Amino acid sequence: MEKLLDVENVSISFIQYTKGLNQRDLKVITDLSLDISEGEILAVLGSSGSGKSLLAHAIFGILPENARQNGKIKYKGKELSQEDKEELRGKEIALIPQSVNFLDPLMKISDQAIGNTENDAEKKEKKIKQREIFEHYNLGPEVDEMYPFQLSGGMARRVLVSTALLSNPKLVVADEPTPGLDEKTVIETLNHFKHMKEDGVGVLLITHDIHAALEIADRIGIFYSGFVIEIAENKDFSGDGENLLHPYTKALYKALPANGFELIKGHQPLHGEISQGCPYYDRCEMRFDRCKDERPELIDLGKKKVRCFKYEEGVENET
Amino acid sequence: MKLKAENISFKYPSAKKYLLKDINLELDSDKVIGLIGDSGSGKSTLCKILSGYIPKYEGNVTLDRKPLPKKGFKPVQLIYQHPEKVMNPKWKMKQVLEESWDVPDEILEEFGIQKSWLTRFPQELSGGELQRFSVVRSLNPDTKFLIADEMTTMLDAITQVQIIESVLKIVKERKMGFILVSHDMPLVEKICDEKIYLKEINNI
Ligand SMILES: Nc1ncnc2c1ncn2[C@@H]1O[C@H](COP(=O)(O)OP(=O)(O)OP(=O)(O)O)[C@@H](O)[C@H]1O
Ligand SMILES: Nc1ncnc2c1ncn2[C@@H]1O[C@H](COP(=O)(O)OP(=O)(O)OP(=O)(O)O)[C@@H](O)[C@H]1O
Ligand code: SF4
Ligand SMILES: [Mg+2]
Ligand SMILES: [Mg+2]
Repeated sequence: MEKLLDVENVSISFIQYTKGLNQRDLKVITDLSLDISEGEILAVLGSSGSGKSLLAHAIFGILPENARQNGKIKYKGKELSQEDKEELRGKEIALIPQSVNFLDPLMKISDQAIGNTENDAEKKEKKIKQREIFEHYNLGPEVDEMYPFQLSGGMARRVLVSTALLSNPKLVVADEPTPGLDEKTVIETLNHFKHMKEDGVGVLLITHDIHAALEIADRIGIFYSGFVIEIAENKDFSGDGENLLHPYTKALYKALPANGFELIKGHQPLHGEISQGCPYYDRCEMRFDRCKDERPELIDLGKKKVRCFKYEEGVENET
Repeated sequence: MKLKAENISFKYPSAKKYLLKDINLELDSDKVIGLIGDSGSGKSTLCKILSGYIPKYEGNVTLDRKPLPKKGFKPVQLIYQHPEKVMNPKWKMKQVLEESWDVPDEILEEFGIQKSWLTRFPQELSGGELQRFSVVRSLNPDTKFLIADEMTTMLDAITQVQIIESVLKIVKERKMGFILVSHDMPLVEKICDEKIYLKEINNI
């Protein structure tokens, strides 16, 4: 399968003005690499504030003005310029945004879903398609005429999903497509991604819903404080999480309401205060001396990857 | 504390049909209540009525037999489903919090809110960071009942446990009432003492 998306060593920082004219760089994503092939679903889980949405915005070319990005984002092997991103956006690459503020408050729902059209014939055709997909998501004809403030939370979410998928994209970047949706609609949405995958579409599924991720993802990337700390296989998320490698990933798994709702203390480090060493150092129960000042690389273990010194010699054979 | 709704009926001006009809509820502050229902069935609307954000409706809402105050602080606080929709984009987060109450540092700490975020605008925060502000904002010492409309949908599993445990602790300490609206059934099963299905109390 051909590579669709390559994110290579991307870092993102914000310029913050502190007192007076002092300015400092707040690094929110560090040296991040991941890739997606045609017909592949990569799920991204991670701590709140770990840089998932910013990554999505970087791919889509909509980072805020005070953001600075280093590294490469390639689509089908070619590095994307801002112009390329604007050209591909909404056509080959679709974004399902996390914030409902992406809906235009002054525009009727069906008009914004259809978007700009060249002529009446195209408009008609798109309208039919829009109705079809909306119907799929249980959005009746009355919704077409509504404005965003008249939608319930779940309806707004479903409008965002169906609008993005209307354009026949080759790559979908879905930033939290399912919060606040009932189980039936979640399954409907996931099935939609599955069908797209069968058609060769690549999907980056950013989600806090681990069950949703496990339902459809081929691989799962875990973010922490702007770092990729593990790339796991779907099947590792089972049992007590004993096959998961990074201590953060294990903790995340055990915090699920169905797996113990286990409380662990602490938060990801303050931006600008990420130490020299491992980003998980202050919460880690198995840390070594060197973890404080030395930063672990993302270690390639074949099908999996992990950013932790414990696995420098590989993974002990599981029995 | 008792939050009571009597014969609540409601229809949006632009709609043809009633959304809520003759709803009766009596909620006790010593139980954690889960409110469950299909998307678009009127959960958020009912929450807005119970907290006084929708003033015009048929029926009565009372808190310990007294009607909700028309002006000033709202003792039934609502944590909105989509905080990004209701926060003023021109206000810094410090102002957003101060408008409700003077939040002590311990609370900020407990909810994982960094001091440096206070000087940012809402659109400069992640989804989950904003959601945490929205929760803390509602925890004014005068809050008597808390309604959390999909409160933790934007949080990772670990932060979700932290926030829920912290809120439940405060709710118990202050003997506040707590209603959780959620589609996350494992979560509802885990923390709610009682479940209410909207369709069973709505007579449309
Ligand atoms: N405009 C901005 N200026 C400064 N910092 C920002 C800005 N936008 C985002 N950030 C910070 O960058 C970090 C990453 O944000 P991002 O929205 O990517 O998080 P996320 O992983 O999507 O989190 P969540 O799961 O809560 O949505 C956050 O800590 C956020 O506060
Ligand atoms: N301001 C409004 N004007 C007109 N209709 C509205 C308005 N707000 C909501 N509605 C409609 O009222 C119905 C109920 O909306 P509500 O937000 O209460 O649902 P909900 O149960 O919270 O759904 P969800 O689970 O999707 O959040 C929906 O059909 C919605 O379109
Ligand atoms: S590198 Fe060290 S501190 Fe970091 S997760 Fe591994 S053991 Fe813990
Ligand atoms: Mg996000
Ligand atoms: Mg709602």
